[in-house]
Amino acid sequence: MTAAVELARSQTAIGSEAAPRAAPRLRAAPVAWTAGALALAALILSPVVSLALTAADGTSEVWPHLLAHVLPQAMVTTALLVSGVGLLVVMLGVGSAWLVSAYAFKGRRLLEIGLLLPLAVPTYIVAFAYLDLLHPIGPIQSTLRELLGVARPKDLLLPEIRSLPGCILLLGFVLYPYVYLPTRALFLMQAGTLIEAARILARSPTAVFFHVALPLARPAIALGTSLALMETLNDIGAAEFLGVRTLTVQVYATWINRSDLPGAAQIALVMLAMVLLLLAAERWGRRGRGYAGTAQRQRGMARHRLSGASAMAALCLGLVPIAIGFLIPAAYLVHSAIARVTRLGFPRGVIAEAGNTLLYAGLATLLAAACGFLVAAGPRLVARRFGQGLVRIAALGYALPGAILAIGLLGPLALADASLSRITTALFGVAPAIIGVGAGGALVIAYLVRFLAVGVGACEAGLAKVPGSLGEAGRMLGRGPVGTLMRVHLPMTWPALLSGALLVFVDCVKELPATLLLRPLNVETLATHLYGEALRGTYEDGAVAGLLIVAVGLIPVALLMRLGAAERGPRGG
Amino acid sequence: MAATDPTEGRRPGEVPPRLETRGLSVDFGRKHALDDVSLAVRAGEIIALLGDSGCGKSTLLRAVAGLEQPSGGLVLLDGQAMSARVPPEERGVGLMFQDYALFPHLTVMQNVRFGLHRLRAAEADAVAKARLEQVGLADRASSYPGSLSGGESQRVALARALAPGPRVLLLDEPFSNLDRRNRDRVRADTISVLRATGATALLVTHDPEEALLVSDRIVLMRDGRIVQIGTGADLYQRPVSRFAANFFGDLITFPSRCTNRAAATPLGVFPAPGIASGVRVAACVRPEAILLSDAEAGHPARVIRRRFLGPVAELTLVADGFTEPFRLTVSEETAVEEGDRVGLTLAKGAVLVFPVELD
Repeated sequence: MTAAVELARSQTAIGSEAAPRAAPRLRAAPVAWTAGALALAALILSPVVSLALTAADGTSEVWPHLLAHVLPQAMVTTALLVSGVGLLVVMLGVGSAWLVSAYAFKGRRLLEIGLLLPLAVPTYIVAFAYLDLLHPIGPIQSTLRELLGVARPKDLLLPEIRSLPGCILLLGFVLYPYVYLPTRALFLMQAGTLIEAARILARSPTAVFFHVALPLARPAIALGTSLALMETLNDIGAAEFLGVRTLTVQVYATWINRSDLPGAAQIALVMLAMVLLLLAAERWGRRGRGYAGTAQRQRGMARHRLSGASAMAALCLGLVPIAIGFLIPAAYLVHSAIARVTRLGFPRGVIAEAGNTLLYAGLATLLAAACGFLVAAGPRLVARRFGQGLVRIAALGYALPGAILAIGLLGPLALADASLSRITTALFGVAPAIIGVGAGGALVIAYLVRFLAVGVGACEAGLAKVPGSLGEAGRMLGRGPVGTLMRVHLPMTWPALLSGALLVFVDCVKELPATLLLRPLNVETLATHLYGEALRGTYEDGAVAGLLIVAVGLIPVALLMRLGAAERGPRGG
Repeated sequence: MAATDPTEGRRPGEVPPRLETRGLSVDFGRKHALDDVSLAVRAGEIIALLGDSGCGKSTLLRAVAGLEQPSGGLVLLDGQAMSARVPPEERGVGLMFQDYALFPHLTVMQNVRFGLHRLRAAEADAVAKARLEQVGLADRASSYPGSLSGGESQRVALARALAPGPRVLLLDEPFSNLDRRNRDRVRADTISVLRATGATALLVTHDPEEALLVSDRIVLMRDGRIVQIGTGADLYQRPVSRFAANFFGDLITFPSRCTNRAAATPLGVFPAPGIASGVRVAACVRPEAILLSDAEAGHPARVIRRRFLGPVAELTLVADGFTEPFRLTVSEETAVEEGDRVGLTLAKGAVLVFPVELD
């Protein structure tokens, strides 16, 4: 849930904390901090460097093949997918945000929070659910045939969900909240008075939407769309299940099926270029105006009251994305899981897998929260600009799709393992049987790199709320920078730190591509279990795992709902 | 950073000032927030830093505290040079913040104890308790700052800043967050606590009356520089410039030109010691130095308006040779009415002559 990070960061005003302009003295704590932060920055930058080196290592036989048969097709597919999903999330996200902001009708408040629910469903789970639901002998098509009196599946040919348009549709319906969330917040907090002014100038609601609301919401739309598309590029499960050969799928296939690491790295580099393009497009989309989710309370716009049939129509319209993105897949998961448990009992593996998930996600969460706090506190410990530069770098990992990250981390991790093994051999005469990478260290590190931004963002938002004079007061009362940080800033940042940790945990639980690629041999998490069952076509067995993931995914949505119900809008950490 | 010897210019055995700044400068980018400020404060003295907002008085305070890095000059505490490398926590200086900066997650007691971490627990408790009693808040020890009133918060902040026994206590606009009715009482209480503890204090204010009330000496600042240092009487009676004079009250100003070390005004010719002939000067009179007399006795003037202000009356007068009407506060008993002709006479030494500044 990287949206939270971005939103939280955009709210972090330029801190008023009077960090010393120059570090007063090179003391032990700043030196230790600097060393740790540099190591962390190196860890985060290493995948990209390693990726470039691996790609350069490519054998000449593979690259022509990739260039001729794999890359062009995958690039076109990915470009089409990204454009389609982009268009759909903007339409759904902005449309639903406008619906609940500009109109008043029965059930509006329910819609307002319900529209966030699809955030709880990872892309691979929504694909998993619809694949089974829309199967020719699945419940929906069977019912349709019964209603129409058609006997055989091949007599009623419906559009195939296993297709690019199907993939666009499903991803659009689970990713639109990334646009809905910041856009609604903007309508609520900033645009309200301006939109009212336009109304008073006697423009029709439609004209107000296109001439005032839409242009005003541009920065929020750009932010939300870029996050949704980042998730699209990151997705591996949905595309694979639906038979869409995207770049991400090709990275995975080239590596795992063809055992061609340099080839996979080369495709990954092309993907990285797309990510950069996306980030540039987002910047451009936000040009001229920062998306400032100010904490300042502003009156939202007066809502246009609907009644009777139009109110009913508005409610139904708003329910469509909730139903497709959450209610139907969730109901499917509940139903399948109950069927599985009542018929065959609780699947044995799931408990162990839940344990694995908890272990790796938990470890990564602890690391990300601790590192997040230390990184966010940097500008208070060392020279401000240096500290802020490291904060920027630490937050870069969120832009790396899981598959790219996994490939990029292989080199550095192998290097680390080799040196570790050399050290232990030199010290104790034996090389450890299982070392970092094999034991799941790789997975934890990948989670840390990818989701550190979430921890940093939450802590930054929390720290920004500590008035500068409190930090100075700590210093004036004889505590050093570290003492002040631990006794003044940390206790006051606890709530933000905890909610950040929670978000990291949920993100780790939902993560599929990196988990798939970096998990230790024979270790399954809930996400990889579901992936395996989906590929085997044994959907019911995967449903329990899917249900557990969605249940965990609901935690941050509940958090958002609580915050979002107030005028504050997006999560502020 | 000038590498001057801190003992320079002092006789052996002489006690150095508690706090001293020598040529202290602080730059914010290209702007000189503090420009060559030299100042000495004796132990037990209460000094008011007075000036308009942006004059550098808070910057001076923060530079002494070590929260701002000087671009030049020295801060000395008890004759010991505090280079930029001595961090705030090692200076033995206390600071009371304008917003009090009480830690919201700690109780009043824990706030006051915060700076006593070098003492043993029992000792720290005793000191903190004594400080709280001194400011009359012993009964609020276990409250959290969120539940305190403005005046109580101010007193907790004072107790907390004093608890570690700082060599110098710095107070940044300590009374500005209080409403008018509370302010006088809290100010009197604060000063009596400072006097009782024998604290050396540097207090920032923009209110000249407050500076006169609380301090032994006043440092008047403008644009990052010191305009004048002295007692309240010094600054009021012998201001060094029109700016300094104007800071403590309204002035009626007559532009003039100096001839034979004197300046001619409609009210007469007044001495202008030390000013060369031909220099453009401003002859300034404080309205309170103007006395009313019979029309025949003094400079002719006419009352054009009279306003009732309770125990006093405010007269607006026009006088021969004055470019503008001016206002005068007199006792309500004074028997003059609108339209009356009166005479103006001046108290001795009431006219101050300054060379015209570039302001």
